[in-house]
Amino acid sequence: MKLAAALIALLALAFVPSLVGPYPLGLMIGILGYGILATAWALFSGPTRYISLATVAFFGLGAYTVAVLSETLPYPLVLLAAAAIGLVVALLVGLATLRLAGIYFVIFTFGLTELVRQLVTYYEVNVTRTLGRYVFLPFGPEHIYWQLLALLAATLAIAFWVRQSKIGLALRVIGDDPVVASHLGIRITRAKLTLFSISAVIMTLAGAIQAPRWTYIEPSIVFNPTTSFLVVIMALLGGPNRLFGPLLGAIPLFLLFEWLSANFPNHYSIILGLLFIAIVFVLPNGVLAAVDSVRARLTRKEASA
Amino acid sequence: MSLLRLNNVTKRFGGLTAVNGLSFDLAEGEIVGLLGPNGSGKTTALNMISGYLPLSDGSIGLLDETISGLPPEHIAHRGVARTFQLVRALPSLSVGENVLAALAFRKAPLWGAGAKAEIDTLLADVGLGGRADQPADSLTYIDLKRMELARALASDPRLLLLDEWLAGLNPTELQAGIELISSLRQRGITILLVEHVMDAVRALCTRCIVMNTGSKIADGPTAEVLADAEVIRAYLGADHA
Amino acid sequence: MLSSAILTGLVLGGTYALVAMGLTLQYGVARIMNLAYGDIVIAASFAAFVLFSALGINPLLGMLLILPLGFALNWLIYAILLQPLARRSRDRGRLEGDSILATFGLLFVIQGVALVIFGSGFQSYNFLAVPVNILGTIVAANRLLALVLAVAFAIGLFVLLTRTRFGTVIRAVAANPASAPLVGVNVDSVARFAFALGGALAAAGGVVISMYLTFSATMGVVFTMKALIVVIMGGVGNLMGALAAGLILGLVETLVSTYIDPGLTLAATYLIFLAVLVVRPQGLFGKATS
Repeated sequence: MKLAAALIALLALAFVPSLVGPYPLGLMIGILGYGILATAWALFSGPTRYISLATVAFFGLGAYTVAVLSETLPYPLVLLAAAAIGLVVALLVGLATLRLAGIYFVIFTFGLTELVRQLVTYYEVNVTRTLGRYVFLPFGPEHIYWQLLALLAATLAIAFWVRQSKIGLALRVIGDDPVVASHLGIRITRAKLTLFSISAVIMTLAGAIQAPRWTYIEPSIVFNPTTSFLVVIMALLGGPNRLFGPLLGAIPLFLLFEWLSANFPNHYSIILGLLFIAIVFVLPNGVLAAVDSVRARLTRKEASA
Repeated sequence: MSLLRLNNVTKRFGGLTAVNGLSFDLAEGEIVGLLGPNGSGKTTALNMISGYLPLSDGSIGLLDETISGLPPEHIAHRGVARTFQLVRALPSLSVGENVLAALAFRKAPLWGAGAKAEIDTLLADVGLGGRADQPADSLTYIDLKRMELARALASDPRLLLLDEWLAGLNPTELQAGIELISSLRQRGITILLVEHVMDAVRALCTRCIVMNTGSKIADGPTAEVLADAEVIRAYLGADHA
Repeated sequence: MLSSAILTGLVLGGTYALVAMGLTLQYGVARIMNLAYGDIVIAASFAAFVLFSALGINPLLGMLLILPLGFALNWLIYAILLQPLARRSRDRGRLEGDSILATFGLLFVIQGVALVIFGSGFQSYNFLAVPVNILGTIVAANRLLALVLAVAFAIGLFVLLTRTRFGTVIRAVAANPASAPLVGVNVDSVARFAFALGGALAAAGGVVISMYLTFSATMGVVFTMKALIVVIMGGVGNLMGALAAGLILGLVETLVSTYIDPGLTLAATYLIFLAVLVVRPQGLFGKATS
């Protein structure tokens, strides 16, 4: 029943490009892109409470892979290569950092984007002797939209599966108390590494699919740290431990940011910062949890009345 | 044949020796009390057995396999389960999920319908029947302890380490708690319990090991050990001996 | 070339150490992982720049104004923004998470204000840019002054923390915030003071940086990162560790950029950082906790 509803919704969304103009379609693409990133972020960071600020490192790697390989490989193979690169980097980063206490993980991911950007820049300048790259792929916005829609559906399906699966339970136990987790026989590093990698591969693919939108790519464009930041707020706003929470957080915030950057380009980052502080302050568990607790309070009042 | 063997187990924290050359054996099926005044190294010893703390010296064997040096998850898979001195519930999970967490990741995992039936049985065994769907952080202290015991049992242990599981209970709860642990005897689980409640020790343990300032000072049948002058001195000071 | 690289490295390292000491106070005592820290540093650089280029006030004198301002601003940030978070969090992990997120927002606010006022271009000014000969190596006087200031602040802070009654109180809170109230210490106000003092040190670092480096509104993140790395390498709350780690980092960066490739300095920094984290998570000079 729920599955049928989800499939109908997916099918309906697939017709959006033929119904709306280019501007709304652009907005839809943006929402899908951030919805994927926020859902993927919450996949790992929701249950473990490890705050990863490395989202854009993977996103940028995906975009860059497409820029570098799109002229030499057929497109599906390019996507595959992007996923593989994301996976390898995630495994390396994860093996090195996931044993660490949460705070060190945050700090490391905080700088990872900068590191990846420097390494990519170094590689481009010293090895390939180019810095910017053009992406020529015969894709219109509707093709990107469909690909993102498929990726979002896949991401939600994975998130749904994880919530029902043993590894999802393992991560929730780890998030609550890693000491208990290890005493119950949970292999902590392996569980964290698995989900961190899945989440990173999705982020890499999201970057890869959106690469053709820019036509011109250079490290400072695709490794923009603000993206990581936005993804965290979106997931937090919607509630990172709910299936649709991050996606529902992404929709209003993306639209708000679009409006802000169009109308207040100079004060954009100030407003963004204040908004973020407000979200941390007012809604520590996300909007949906806040709605739930209000509802619970109301029902309790009714019951006692 | 001995189930657990501690050989010269030592733990140093900087200049402080918390456990000093501790050696003892547990036979299969025994319920043994590990006694001693506060700070005598009992919990540190449990922490080394369960793999939470690394040893500074010595070795620990389970069924003639060395387990010291293994991470806690491997030791858990060899059949050691425990409760903690301060209850460690998983607060964002339900009561049933707390138990499921143990069932799902033990050596012979249970998941799905089989796990559900087992959760109900285990919760009923500890007196929490029908409360699987309640959030864990809504339980009272005694019920949290029951849940933690159910979780430890769900790991299907050969050796169960109970760290002051009976502490902080009122007399009625204490009686129920003693009966509960006593009923585990029938499961054939070997139990090592750190305990201050002497009535419980007398009722449950056939044998007691007493520690003072990190060393073992007595080991033998409960009645004899509790009458031992040195033990009384360690607990109550020289005047009472 | 080697001796000049080493001297440059020491100057850079001294600056890193100075900047990191403020962060180690904020994190070690107030338990706030402040991601906006580098932006406070840069804000002080801009303040020194404005005082010097618009009013002709020499940055050494400027410090007399900028340091108290840095102290006051951070005092307010703690009182308004962070104290409520510290009060509502039951455990340290929760506070760390909340403070990381809140100060991340603060980072964007401060950076946004700097962008509105100064734009995104690089700024610098000429102060004491005269060559000095030290044992055959030519170095700019402003760099030398930067090193002297960094060391002076380090010693001053060390004396304050180890030789005064107030320093003992601060160290008591750093060591054990739960038991400090038992001996009559008001943890709230000590944390607020330590956070503000850390902010004043950040401001000092910012002024020093402005004397010999070019800086821009978006550079704060880089200083936050490096300060964090120094703090972790030195051991959280360990001032002498921060000094040593800062000098090591400055030397490594300068040597890598002189002899290998300037594009790889950050990679080198990260490599050291990771190596320290994996091998000695308590820091090179920290004490093991368990």
